[in-house]
Amino acid sequence: MSLPPAAPLLEVEEIHTYYGKSHILDGVSLEVGRGEVVGLLGRNGVGKSTTLKAVAGLVHPSRGEVRFEGRSITRSPAHRVARLGIGYVPEERRIFPLLTVVENLRTGLDRQGVTTARKKELLEKVYAYFPVLAERRGQAGGTLSGGEQQMLAIARAMMLEPKIILLDEPTEGLMPRMVSQIREIINVLHRERVAVLLVEQNVPLTLEASQRIYILEKGVVRHHAPAAELQVNDAVIHQYLGV
Amino acid sequence: MAFLQTIPFDQLLIQTINGIVTGMILALVASGLTLIFGIMDVVNFAHGELFMLGAYVGVIVLAATGDFWIALVAASLIIALLGAAIYLMTLRPLLGRDPLTTILATFGVSLVLQNYALWQFGPVARKIQEPFTGHFTIFYLDYPWYRLVIALLAAAIIGALWLFLKFGTYGIWIRATTQDRVMAQAMGIPVPWVLTVVFAIGAGMAGASGVLFGPLVGVNHTMGLDWILKAFIVVVVGGMGNLAGSIAAAIFISLLEAYAALWVSPAQAIIVSFVVLILTLLFRPTGLFASTPR
Repeated sequence: MSLPPAAPLLEVEEIHTYYGKSHILDGVSLEVGRGEVVGLLGRNGVGKSTTLKAVAGLVHPSRGEVRFEGRSITRSPAHRVARLGIGYVPEERRIFPLLTVVENLRTGLDRQGVTTARKKELLEKVYAYFPVLAERRGQAGGTLSGGEQQMLAIARAMMLEPKIILLDEPTEGLMPRMVSQIREIINVLHRERVAVLLVEQNVPLTLEASQRIYILEKGVVRHHAPAAELQVNDAVIHQYLGV
Repeated sequence: MAFLQTIPFDQLLIQTINGIVTGMILALVASGLTLIFGIMDVVNFAHGELFMLGAYVGVIVLAATGDFWIALVAASLIIALLGAAIYLMTLRPLLGRDPLTTILATFGVSLVLQNYALWQFGPVARKIQEPFTGHFTIFYLDYPWYRLVIALLAAAIIGALWLFLKFGTYGIWIRATTQDRVMAQAMGIPVPWVLTVVFAIGAGMAGASGVLFGPLVGVNHTMGLDWILKAFIVVVVGGMGNLAGSIAAAIFISLLEAYAALWVSPAQAIIVSFVVLILTLLFRPTGLFASTPR
C-alpha cells in the first residue's frame, strides 16, 4: 500500500440539500483518497444516493462544499464535473436504451483530446473486462439483461478515464454470479488506482471491497472507520443498518 | 364498380406527385418540430414563423444576389442563428418548468415575429422566383420540374439530418440527450450546448423549407400559419418526437389530401387531415407510426 497523498482526491464538506421542504442531506462530510475504495452504508432513504448525485453535480447543495483535486466543484454543471474525471453509475443504470452498446460507450469516449488510438485502446480494455459487451456491441442498450446493463453502465463510466467512479448499488437485483463479477470489477478499478465511492446494501461485499466505511443516518455521517475494523455482525452495523 | 370508373387515373397520378411534393416539404417542417419536441419537450409554436422568416430572408438575399441557392443556404443559416438566439433568450430560462410555460413563450415569440414581418415587409405578398422554370408534360398537364426538385431537396436535407443523427459524435450526443438528459450530462455531454444546437438545426430546417416553398405560394407574414397547423397534425399522427413517424405521416396526410381534392375543393380537402388527427387521437394516441423505431 502506498502512503495516502497529502490532499484527498475528493472532499465533501458539510453539504446540505433539500428536496422541496424536506432536508435530505444535513451536513454530510467525507473524503476519498486517490485510488481508494470507500463504502457508504446506511438504510434506504438516508441520503446515500443524493450524496453521490451531489458529487456528480446532478444535485447542487444549498450549503457546504464539494472539492475535487482541491478545486471546488460545488456549483459546476454535471457535464463539466464528468470531464474532470468523475464517473457516475446510477442505481437505475440509466443505459441509453436506443443507443447501441458501442454508442453508449462513445457518449463518454468522444471527448476532445482523446486520440483515435487511445479510444481504441480504451474500448479494447473494457471489452477485455466485459467480453459480453464486445459480443453485443451492435445491440441496443435497452435489449441487454439487467446484469449486462450494469456492466455497460460501469464500462461507460470507465470511458471517461475517471479518477473516481461513483457506484450506486451496483449489485442490486443481480444474480450471485453477476455480484461476484461486480466485486471483481471493483478490484480491477482499485488496481488501476481508480478511486471508488461505493453505495451498497450488500454489507459483506462493501466491507470486503472497501478500505474505509462511512455510515449515514438521516442525512449525516454517524460513523466512520477503516473497513478492517468493522465486521458484518458489528454492533455499529447492527445499530445503523439493522442487519 | 361504377364508382371505380369515375376515378380519373391521369388526375390520380398527378395528385400522387402533388401529394408527395407537399408531403416532403411538410416532412421538412415537421422533422424540425419533432426534433425539438423529442429532445427538449418543447412544443415550438414559433416554428411556422421561422418558416415564414426563412422565406423573407430568401426574398431579400435573392434580390441582392440573384442566386436562389445562395438564398437557400443563407436563409437556413440565418434562421438557424435566430433559432439559437430565441432558444437562449426565451426557452433556456424555462427549461424544467411546466411545459405550458414554453408553449406560452413560443406562442408569444410567434406573435412578435409575425408582427415584425408585417411591420417590416408590409401585407403584400412577395414572390420568390424559382431557380428554373422548365416543365415536363404528363398527360395534358405541364408539370414544373421545380416541384420535383423541391421534393428531392427536402428528401436530401432530411437524409442529411438522419445521417448526422445516426453517425458521428454529435448525433450520438443528440440521441443520448433525447433519451436521458440527466445521464447525458453525467457522461460529460455538454447538454445546454446540444439543446441550443438542436433548436438551431430545427429552425434552420424551417427556414430552408420557407425558401423552397416560397415560389409555389408567395411570401407573406401569415404563410407560417397553415404549415404549422399541418406540421402539428403530422407530428401527433407520426408519434410525438418520432422522426421517421413524422416523415411517414407527412407524406400519408398530404397524399390523402391530394386525393380528396379530386372530389372536393382543396379547401375542403384539408378536413381530411383533421379527420386523421381525430381518429389517431381516439384510437392510437401514441401515433399511427409509433412502433417505427427512431
